[in-house]
Amino acid sequence: MIDNPKNGMSLLVKTITRITVGLILLFGIYIVLHGHLSPGGGFAGGVIVALSLVHLILAFGREAKVAKISMNLASNLESLGALMFLSVALLGFLGGTFFLNVLNKGLPFKLFSAGTIPFSNISISIKVGVGLFAIFLALIILEGTKRKR
Amino acid sequence: MELHLLLLFMIFAAIVAVEVKDLLSSVIGVGAVGFALCLAFLILKAPDLAITQLVVEILCLIILIRATINKDLPLVIEGRWVFNTFATLAFVAVFLFFAFHALKELPSFGDPIMSVVKRYIAQGKAETGAVNLVTAVILDFRAYDTLGEATVLFASVIGIMAVLRRPGRKKIEEKNHD
Repeated sequence: MIDNPKNGMSLLVKTITRITVGLILLFGIYIVLHGHLSPGGGFAGGVIVALSLVHLILAFGREAKVAKISMNLASNLESLGALMFLSVALLGFLGGTFFLNVLNKGLPFKLFSAGTIPFSNISISIKVGVGLFAIFLALIILEGTKRKR
Repeated sequence: MELHLLLLFMIFAAIVAVEVKDLLSSVIGVGAVGFALCLAFLILKAPDLAITQLVVEILCLIILIRATINKDLPLVIEGRWVFNTFATLAFVAVFLFFAFHALKELPSFGDPIMSVVKRYIAQGKAETGAVNLVTAVILDFRAYDTLGEATVLFASVIGIMAVLRRPGRKKIEEKNHD
């Protein structure tokens, strides 16, 4: 079904997409997880993850359903990201104030360091990535209903 | 020097994007402004902003091109052009007048006058444990700002999904059938 030549772009684009899309997704996750160590962070990483899914849909066409995320799931995931970020903020009340970095700071230059900052990065990446992907999905579904008319 | 060339290129591309008749060319012009801005961030040694700008620019370009392709809107320019030109010139004059007086008060470019930043740079690594200072500022010292930004994005996504949702369009289609 994915290989249906009627949907999406040409064979060249599909083959190259198959090779690169996993690397793009992995790079996005790397940027999110290393947000407190290297340039990047939750916003940029989340958009890169969303772009890898957009890449799939652009190459294989809307009908192939390669990125199995519906609008409902997308909006639920976005709300989950927002709630996660808010709960990280509320976690600061354990130490007394809003957004206080209460967790163990750890050693600098290590992956598990900087207290609550990695959790903030992950929740922001979920929120931003899924939110922008939901906008793309909404536009594509709108285009599909127009074509049926 | 490179920065000034980039700024000139961005102004030129923005004028092209406004003035060109074709909608797709206009979108490409906006994209050129965005990518030049990404290069400008790299020259100013802000890789975080450069990555974010590049990625968001690509996504916006894809969405805008998909939204505008095969959908050229006719440009309406006749009528009241004398008044429009006069209003634009008057606005530019007022803006330049106030901008001249406001910009004289600013410190020169690249001059770190803000005293709060000194404490962030000196204490950032020790107080947050994050090596990337930009992340330390936006997610620890100024996390409340980031919460506001996240709320703005959340509200805009909800607004777009509410405008484009299925039930509203179904009702419109039923009305058209009647």
